[in-house]
Amino acid sequence: MLKDLLVISIGAIFIQNFVLVQFLGICPFLGVSKKVETGIGMGLAVVFVMACASAITWAVQQLLILFNIEYLQTIAFILVIAVLVQFVEMFLQKSIPSLYNSLGIYLPLITTNCAVLGVAIVNITRFGGMDFGFIKSVVYGATAGIGFTFAIVLFAGVRERLESSNIPGFLKGMPITLITAGLLSIAFMGFSGLSF
Amino acid sequence: MEILLPVLAIGGMGLIFGALLAIAAKIFAVEKDERLPLIEECLPGANCGGCGFAGCSAAAEAVVKGEAFANVCPVGGAESARKIAEIMGITAEETERQTAFVMCSGNSDTAKNKYDNNETIDCHTANRLGGGMKECRFGCLGFGSCVAKCKFGALSLQNGVAVVDREKCTNCGACMAECPRHIIKRVPYSAKTVVVCTSKDKGKDTRNACGVGCIGCGICAKNCEAQAITVEGNCASVDYTKCTGCGVCQEKCPRDVIRMLNGVPTI
Repeated sequence: MLKDLLVISIGAIFIQNFVLVQFLGICPFLGVSKKVETGIGMGLAVVFVMACASAITWAVQQLLILFNIEYLQTIAFILVIAVLVQFVEMFLQKSIPSLYNSLGIYLPLITTNCAVLGVAIVNITRFGGMDFGFIKSVVYGATAGIGFTFAIVLFAGVRERLESSNIPGFLKGMPITLITAGLLSIAFMGFSGLSF
Repeated sequence: MEILLPVLAIGGMGLIFGALLAIAAKIFAVEKDERLPLIEECLPGANCGGCGFAGCSAAAEAVVKGEAFANVCPVGGAESARKIAEIMGITAEETERQTAFVMCSGNSDTAKNKYDNNETIDCHTANRLGGGMKECRFGCLGFGSCVAKCKFGALSLQNGVAVVDREKCTNCGACMAECPRHIIKRVPYSAKTVVVCTSKDKGKDTRNACGVGCIGCGICAKNCEAQAITVEGNCASVDYTKCTGCGVCQEKCPRDVIRMLNGVPTI
């Protein structure tokens, strides 16, 4: 059991990194990665939403199976995620207004962040439709979030360095950012050789 | 039944989540200052950014926090300052109305060109083409980038030079930020005399480039009884607080770069 959890964690953070390998959640990855600080804030918000979403969607999925209406998955999961994001937004606005302001529009956009819905869907379809179980789902959700944080913080670090470097005019701004993201992604592809 | 179950399931979930969020909203309620919407009402709402904040609501927030004074809005002017001060319970310092002023009068007749330009371009492009087609490095390029930026219709091109209509100007600063040559400056509305040139070139160069450029001869400074004119870096400037508007400098100026404002027609 413990070994499974470790494998799931390493897999979610490195080998199947949501942003850099599965290409989910690119929008905040490019949008909020200008500063390491906001990157961490965004990452932690996503960790929270992903972990909670995994737990709640697991329960919701059991209900859906019970009533034989699994085709409502997507809409039901989006509902759960939207509520969680609303909650995080309220919490941040109250307790960390500075972070709330710097995340701006990207905070409510976690709702439509495909990485979060991705986690929920992966949780119930892994291993040929066999489900993960509650604990594994939550661990997968949390570590997927950590993987997201890891990627965005790494990327923000690179972008902070880019700010002060001499970049050819035609590459300034988004072009160099996208190239950097691509290189980072290639680097992460190297983890796919990892095996236990 | 087949349709009822899904509707009930999703509807029920929505209901439960909605109730939970309502409770959370009560717990995490953020107290908004009730003065905020009132102050926003006093501001023009153009979100021009002339105050230095992101927009009118950001400016209002700064006022409530005490980071900005009642006279935060240059566009709203004295009236909005008075209203805001009333809301905040402070007295507004009377601020003098200022307007933008294009510090160049080298129009198509007086300023010499290095090359002819028949293309329709904007000032930024013109500025990059060999430093503009005008001989003078400081003069108005006359393509009207500032005119396009002005939301209040206060700027117009007159014979190849941008001119500010001081009645319409709200001092928002959009044109000043836009001008690639940075020759649009703030001048008090009550100013009586203005040196309409910013050329820092030596006298001989300025004379070669433009018929109405300040050569820094200093005749105006010597003749000014109020000692309001100083010559620095080959260009004269008027201290608007000292100027009495006697008009001697304008008479004496050999290059005709000094303009009398208020009453006497400009340009």
